[in-house]
Amino acid sequence: MALDQSFVGRTYPPTPPYEVGREKIREFAEAIGDANPAYTDQEAAKALGHPDVVAPPTFVFSITFKAAGQVIEDPQLGLDYSRVVHGDQKFAYTRPVRAGDRLSVTTTIEAVKSLAGNDILDIRGEVHDEAGEHVVTAWTKIVSRAPEEA
Amino acid sequence: MTAKIAYDEVEVGTELPAQSFPVTRATLVRYAGASGDFNPIHWNEKFAKEVGLPDVIAHGMFTMAEAIRVVTDWTGDPAAVVEYGVRFTKPVVVPNDGRGAVVEVSAKVAAKLDDRRVRVDLLAMSAGQKVLGMSRAVVQLG
Repeated sequence: MALDQSFVGRTYPPTPPYEVGREKIREFAEAIGDANPAYTDQEAAKALGHPDVVAPPTFVFSITFKAAGQVIEDPQLGLDYSRVVHGDQKFAYTRPVRAGDRLSVTTTIEAVKSLAGNDILDIRGEVHDEAGEHVVTAWTKIVSRAPEEA
Repeated sequence: MTAKIAYDEVEVGTELPAQSFPVTRATLVRYAGASGDFNPIHWNEKFAKEVGLPDVIAHGMFTMAEAIRVVTDWTGDPAAVVEYGVRFTKPVVVPNDGRGAVVEVSAKVAAKLDDRRVRVDLLAMSAGQKVLGMSRAVVQLG
């Protein structure tokens, strides 16, 4: 069943702050096998002009996707999560995420489409720090695949 | 930000050093823990097959994270990446055969932009298939 177009433009309340820890960044960098010292060594990060270690470019997805759960699990929207796949992902940074950040995400439904029985949802997450400064915007396209014909 | 690559030294068509990234079931379990994405299609073969996949597949976000390393290794400073977007076109299938899969990433400068920025187009392949489409980064150079 096609999703309700009236959800386009709906914005959800900002999430409680997520505190970015140095060890969480280290764990993520190790999980992707990335030895860039800017992720683990404060001095190396400072030498690049950062106040503390920075996170890899895709790290913030863990935070924005959790926030997007407000949409995906919204009972009023009625998405079949078991059929959801990740279509596209994009990030646009004002500055990198770094250790010590307390990040809050405001999630908006940008578009709702139905194409060949698939429901397609464009979700935008605006990530701000505790001072209210913009850090990064994440766009996530999710596709809920049409059930196969019986 | 101090990217070690100078804007004036790159041209449209400049190739970044290509890299290959191995991925095994152990890699995926570790990534699941670090990212908080515990979807069983990334670690449970029985579940993956039940939902119509050929086998366990890598997290799209894992592949996206590996691909951009070609850019961050090139610039030195990860913060040089100011925009990054991909389309997940094919899954990276990760068999439980002790070898797993390999993601091969190449990249080249596709356009020189204003403010000492360039657009880098990435190509990520696994088992002969393109796994990321429309994969692009905007990079701030020195």
